Amino acid sequence: MLRLEKRASPSRAWGMATPVLAVVLTMIAGGIMFAILGKNPVEAIRTIFWDPLFNPQFASYSRPQLLVKAGPLILIAVGLSLGFRAGIWNIGAEGQYIIGAITGAAVGLAFYPMGGWFIFPLMVIAGAFGGFLWAMIPAVLRTVFRTNEILVSLLLVYVAQSLLSSMALGALRNPQGGGFPGSRNLSQYPAAANPELIAGTGMHWGVVASFIAVTFAYILLQRHMLGFSIRLAGQAPRAARFAGVSPTRLVILCLGISGALAGLAGLFEVTGPAGQISIDFASGYGFTAIIVAFLGRLNPVGILLAGLLMALTYIGGELAQFMLGLPAAAIQAFQGMLLFFLLAVDLLSNYRIRIGRAQ
Amino acid sequence: MKKLLLATAATLAIAGGASAQGMDKVKACFVYVGPIGDGGWTFQHDQGRLAVIEEFGDRVDASTYQESVPEGADAERVLTQMALSGCNIIFTTSFGYMDQTNNVAAKFPNVKFEHATGYKRDHANVSTYDARFYEGRAVMGTIAGHMTESNKIGYIGSFPIPEVIQGINSSFIAARKVNPDVTMSVVWAYTWFDPAKEADAAKALIEQGVDVILQHTDSTAPLAEAAKTEGVIGFGQASDMTEFKPSPRVSSIIDNWAPYYIERIGALLDGTYEQKATWAGIAEGEVEIGEITDAVPAEVKAAAEAVRDAIVGGQHPFTGPLNKQDGSAWLAEGETPEDGDLAGMNFYVEGITGSIPQ
Repeated sequence: MLRLEKRASPSRAWGMATPVLAVVLTMIAGGIMFAILGKNPVEAIRTIFWDPLFNPQFASYSRPQLLVKAGPLILIAVGLSLGFRAGIWNIGAEGQYIIGAITGAAVGLAFYPMGGWFIFPLMVIAGAFGGFLWAMIPAVLRTVFRTNEILVSLLLVYVAQSLLSSMALGALRNPQGGGFPGSRNLSQYPAAANPELIAGTGMHWGVVASFIAVTFAYILLQRHMLGFSIRLAGQAPRAARFAGVSPTRLVILCLGISGALAGLAGLFEVTGPAGQISIDFASGYGFTAIIVAFLGRLNPVGILLAGLLMALTYIGGELAQFMLGLPAAAIQAFQGMLLFFLLAVDLLSNYRIRIGRAQ
Repeated sequence: MKKLLLATAATLAIAGGASAQGMDKVKACFVYVGPIGDGGWTFQHDQGRLAVIEEFGDRVDASTYQESVPEGADAERVLTQMALSGCNIIFTTSFGYMDQTNNVAAKFPNVKFEHATGYKRDHANVSTYDARFYEGRAVMGTIAGHMTESNKIGYIGSFPIPEVIQGINSSFIAARKVNPDVTMSVVWAYTWFDPAKEADAAKALIEQGVDVILQHTDSTAPLAEAAKTEGVIGFGQASDMTEFKPSPRVSSIIDNWAPYYIERIGALLDGTYEQKATWAGIAEGEVEIGEITDAVPAEVKAAAEAVRDAIVGGQHPFTGPLNKQDGSAWLAEGETPEDGDLAGMNFYVEGITGSIPQ
């Protein structure tokens, strides 16, 4: 008879070991799924996890792409993790990401075709501010009217998507685009572009920003009073109130920071890899970042690793699709398994498994 | 702008890009915007790929494809990785891959790129191909005009781009010709493939009293929705969608890409490959009209087939006199538009209500 016994405090050893265990379990279960689909499981797993990093044919291209894909995920997830720790649920990062891209791009396009070193920094500020403002809607509604920030932030994603379509078709449409939707290509407008900083590395300003965000979040949580308030509010809300933590201030701060970071991610994406505001600019980074935040255990360093791992499954998954003819749905199922196993084995750090009857 | 857009009928060879000697074996790769199981647009492209395998056997490896590739930064990575994996020719089968196709083509001058429904050929190794779907729409519009009892026709648009607007205008003109009381409502889904959104759009149209639905989205969801209400009909889009025969699916527009894929890959094999811009229609067999079922009266069927045959015989679906929605003149009596103007169409014709999203 198996039974679970709650640990007095979470096991540190298991906390470290469970992500690795989850990856191994995913490989086994995924391998079985690939075998059922009639593919060689070893080859499939190798294509997903090994080829993007070490295959001589692809690696020189796909290794830098790992950073390009992981950058926005990490940047958004770090912001989200602060709120999640405090029990403030911003589910609408996708919307803040879109709005940040729109406001940032609009500032850049307003200056077109002028040159000037100040344009890109202004766009960065505008992007962060746009995401911040979009996140302030659920923040203010929660603090003033006690609405649920989960619902408000999520529904605002759909508003943002409609706004994006409207911008791509109307206000920000490229006047020289022959009537087709989509803005001018910002990555081809030097004053507003966010190019690769060192050729062949994939490193652009968004990746740099995500590393800075990880560092700051780490310091904030470990060393700063605000970090302490955030952790306290999540673990013991009553104690936090007695300790003088203002819930209103915390809601505004957590939603504001996560919104600003999501907006920044959008700005760096629209000026770099995506290049333009288009109807299908939104690519789901804001939602995937929620998974990344939890994969990384809401810990900044964990999120850094989780973002890279998630990016690897995306890029390796693409390779596996066209190299081995695996269906797209199988790759999504594989990514789903990874999250499932991570959350499932998380149990082991909080509980211990006992064999035998309860005393 | 005209110079930028394709300004020629049917096919036009552009100088350069010809490869002198043939190849022993070609690896052909395909990028799809939806899943093959969409039963529509992507399904038909995949049918073309299978026809290539059938045609050339061992001389062509056409086993490489990728489904559901987002039209954005991700597409550029997929294309690059395909080129790195040794593809000789890559077909990118959605409008939204335009910039990515050209960007990647610049980096791999020895790989041929074929972009569906686009107009940018920035490099010698990029060709474009498209079908004159609006010709098929004229046939569907004729059936719709005859069949509607409520005189309300609905149209599910994907994105307000010229290709879709051509279809809306063409079907409306044809419907008005046979039924002057017809009105048309357009709903924009902002997706090529999303069964849930497409079903919602169909539901909204039916609630407004629409009894004939045309669609420019890729799934069978609008037909499934139409099947729930007595007297509502629709059309197969991109693929024949036979499972909804004889009603609500009373006919269909079928995209037949197989001849084009076989021609292009064959040309690469025998060394006659050249950069091209192709825009073929019913006459060339690239657009087919699916069986018109018995749910349609014999005289309506005959009228629709007459429209189809007239188009094959050279009758342009856009023949003046035609006005724009605001009442200003577009085409004079007997006048037909230039292909370049059609390819950039961004207005409704007179009589359609509502406005194109700006």
